Amino acid sequence: MEPVRKFPDPSAVRDEMLQKYPPKVAKKRAKSIVLNDPEEIPQVQANTRTIPGIITQRGCSYAGCKGVVLGPTRDIVNLVHGPIGCSFYAWLTRRNQTRPDGPEGANYMTYCFSTDMQEEHIVFGGEKKLKQAIQEAYDLFHPKAIGIFSTCPVGLIGDDVHAVAREMRETLGDCNIFGFSCEGYKGVSQSAGHHIANNQVFKHVVGLDDTDKGGKFKINMLGEYNIGGDAFEIERLLEKCGITLVASFSGNSTIGQFENSHTADLNVIMCHRSINYMAEMMETKYGIPWMKVNFIGAEASAKSLRRIARYFEDDELMARVEEVIAEEMPVVRSVVEDVYPRTKGKLAMLFVGGSRAHHYQELFGELGMETLSAGYEFGHRDDYEGRRVIPSIKIDADTKNIEELKVTADPERYRPRKSEEDLARLKEEGLDIREYEGMMPDMKKGTLVIDDISHYESEKLIELYKPDIFCAGIKEKYVVQKMGVPLKQLHSYDYGGPYAGFTGAVNFYKDIDRMVNSRVWKLIQAPWEEDGAALELEASYVTQ
Amino acid sequence: MLLRHTKDEVMEREALTINPAKTCQPIGAMYAALGIHGCLPHSHGSQGCCSYHRSTLTRHYKEPVMAATSSFTEGASVFGGQANLVTAIDNIFTVYEPDIIAVHSTCLSETIGDDLQQIATKAKDDGKVPEGKYVIYAPTPSFVGSHVTGYGNMVQAMAEQFAVSTGETLDQVNIAAGWMEPSDMREIKRIAKEMEVTVRMFPDTSDVLDAPQTGKHVFYPKGGITIPELKSTGDSKFTVALGCFSGEPGGVALEKKCKVPFQTEDLPIGLRATDRFLMTLSKAAGVKIPQSITDERGRLLDVMTDMEQYFSGKKVALFGDPDHLIPLTEFLVDLNMKPVHIVSGTPGKRFEQRMKAILEDTVPEANVKNGPQADMFLLHQWIKNEPVDLLIGNTYGKYIARDEDIPFVRFGFPIVDRIGHSYFPSVGYMGGLRLVEKILGVLMDRQDRDAPEESFELVM
Repeated sequence: MEPVRKFPDPSAVRDEMLQKYPPKVAKKRAKSIVLNDPEEIPQVQANTRTIPGIITQRGCSYAGCKGVVLGPTRDIVNLVHGPIGCSFYAWLTRRNQTRPDGPEGANYMTYCFSTDMQEEHIVFGGEKKLKQAIQEAYDLFHPKAIGIFSTCPVGLIGDDVHAVAREMRETLGDCNIFGFSCEGYKGVSQSAGHHIANNQVFKHVVGLDDTDKGGKFKINMLGEYNIGGDAFEIERLLEKCGITLVASFSGNSTIGQFENSHTADLNVIMCHRSINYMAEMMETKYGIPWMKVNFIGAEASAKSLRRIARYFEDDELMARVEEVIAEEMPVVRSVVEDVYPRTKGKLAMLFVGGSRAHHYQELFGELGMETLSAGYEFGHRDDYEGRRVIPSIKIDADTKNIEELKVTADPERYRPRKSEEDLARLKEEGLDIREYEGMMPDMKKGTLVIDDISHYESEKLIELYKPDIFCAGIKEKYVVQKMGVPLKQLHSYDYGGPYAGFTGAVNFYKDIDRMVNSRVWKLIQAPWEEDGAALELEASYVTQ
Repeated sequence: MLLRHTKDEVMEREALTINPAKTCQPIGAMYAALGIHGCLPHSHGSQGCCSYHRSTLTRHYKEPVMAATSSFTEGASVFGGQANLVTAIDNIFTVYEPDIIAVHSTCLSETIGDDLQQIATKAKDDGKVPEGKYVIYAPTPSFVGSHVTGYGNMVQAMAEQFAVSTGETLDQVNIAAGWMEPSDMREIKRIAKEMEVTVRMFPDTSDVLDAPQTGKHVFYPKGGITIPELKSTGDSKFTVALGCFSGEPGGVALEKKCKVPFQTEDLPIGLRATDRFLMTLSKAAGVKIPQSITDERGRLLDVMTDMEQYFSGKKVALFGDPDHLIPLTEFLVDLNMKPVHIVSGTPGKRFEQRMKAILEDTVPEANVKNGPQADMFLLHQWIKNEPVDLLIGNTYGKYIARDEDIPFVRFGFPIVDRIGHSYFPSVGYMGGLRLVEKILGVLMDRQDRDAPEESFELVM
């Protein structure tokens, strides 16, 4: 048996992290580093500006809009209006998988489109070039839709991408064209871009196709981006259960799915942070309730399937879901049984995303591993503390700059899928609709919750706690591994996966077992560097 | 098909770039800055720029790439980024303790007209730059040139802002290094050592982006040119600038500021570019090229002659950066290969001129384009119209290679799906051997794969 590890006092760790900062920085960072208490959840400062010069994991609004939300839809030509870099960096780097409809089916995800703005466009304006680029994209590909993404200079020089979109939509006639004012400086992180993406897709796409495509239990899957094939696994499970997936926002999706998504009867949300806006707007306009689910973790997946079945209140569906879970779980259990003795008691830290740092704690829990510290890169307070805090969140200037759509019930198409009484009853029965409790209730007392963790804080955490695995992204990967600690990328999955659903859980268990028990980490020290080895070597030469 | 919408009919485009063969200036500046010892690159713009550049460089090197950002918000974009940069400089020196911060701009800060020199001076006047520490700066507007331009601008900034002429001439030669891998920079230093020439190479990313696994993260790895060395470049007797796009700005700046004469040579990729580099270096340093290096040349040439039949007449498509493509094309021609399609997103007349000179007698029919719309979409269309036996370029080429079933050699930036470029050089005669081995490997694998059973060869 491994000896029980002793950990430093978390508040001392916190103090040590803050010590090196200039006073102003320390004061600000102190509010984002809190000791958790699941009984009495403390307030976390989140979704506020990153301090200049403090090395952050965060990206920009454009990354959240084009990269995250719109990137995974295969049949929209995503045209980036700006200098070349922004489109180049978002080219295939997020591992969103997709399955086009047959060999002729549209798929533009392998392409990178840009207006490649030059100095003359910065000086004299880029609208003309943008129009021409749209025309050329249309002539070459005849896509169903073209999305235009504004990069930093576009907003500053005053190019009106929305007016260009409108004009070209009318000119071309059979191509839906819409713009996103997702300049990188908007908001404080990728999060602003998610909101902007939600708004424009809701405004310009959702509700365009009223066709009832059939199916008894119709849902949309929101905030699942099919990284490493996660959405394929979830689709497999839903299909097996007899649940119809109308649209996915946006893993393995098409624009046709978005247009038709308002015909679903339930929205389930994976990543609350990036897509809750869409769920709320769809409920207000069309009467579709939403529910948080989590398909990361075998138990969580089973629970999520059961919750969907409970929502539809259909005995047959509930029975089918149980059958599916019963079919899926034996493999999961056998792998856990094999892996558990090697992973039990190991320590994890997760600093990633806006929901992954929460979801993946489930999987570590199933491996008997403990999460000592976690935080989001671009989460808001509700993702930490639960949606109950939303009314108390102070709206600052950076948030105010992001448009909040005014949505009302559609005069013809608003149809409440459940009455308020039914929803209240379901809630009483334990089915929380429109609710997300956040990360902190699921974390132990005394664990450290850190929002927008800095490089310096990460290094301190690792130095003081010596975790067995650290989860973050590509920028952190090799820094942490240089410290002798394996890092699991939870954006790209280190080019593996899927990790969702039951198949995904099995993949994850095996990957984590491999990582925390890899022999390679034990080879770091050269034999001649081991204590005393150098001396011995010298001595032996002397004696010879 | 991965690129199923690419058709063979080439339509003239004026505004739309598809699958670019370039990226933007700041990433080049960030990479170059990592070649100064104890330097933290700083991106003066929105967070996304810094995040994207760090991510791309990290994927390419599988190494820590540390850099900071001014984290612009809408407010900073309206009122100017001075406050953000001054705060950043203060925080960086306090928390991350570099010797130098190398600031580069972005399209955002350039569009609003932030003046890096003025802000750096203000930071210094405000006491935010500790004694003995430095802030250097390079303007790198993303809407001009490419990542190669950004690299060159940072190289220029290093020379301009550090080199000092004391009046004394040191027995050393500067190498203003164009965009190469750490392995290449290490190889250049090895060659210089073999020739007994003291060189001051800037930037130098060896021992920075190929750092050993030790169980400790060294924030500022041991590599990189040091500040005293950089300062002393002003007293060197000569500068060899490598690469007319990415290295030459360093040579020009040193001549201008410190009157150090310079000559620009191609990156020593392939036989003849290496010959020229060595002759220039030997002349500049006043030393002879030793027999050991002549032997290296002989070994490369030996393989070229022995394997000539496998290269001869093979058609090649290439894409990438001018400083790489110029000597590489020359090398391919020397191997009797036919580079028929060549694109580079980086604009510049000198590329056209050099390519013309290299190809006009050997492959006059070659398609060569650089600058706007010289992208991988066009290259792919050319390939559809005239198929090739080999594709050479960065990782993005694998989509074309798979769709068209073409043997593929990864070369250039970024390579995010294979390792090796950081460790094994492509420059010098040894680097030439590596290139030849890689090209032969994919060509012969293809022959082995496709040969009918009766003509499957044991000996090749």
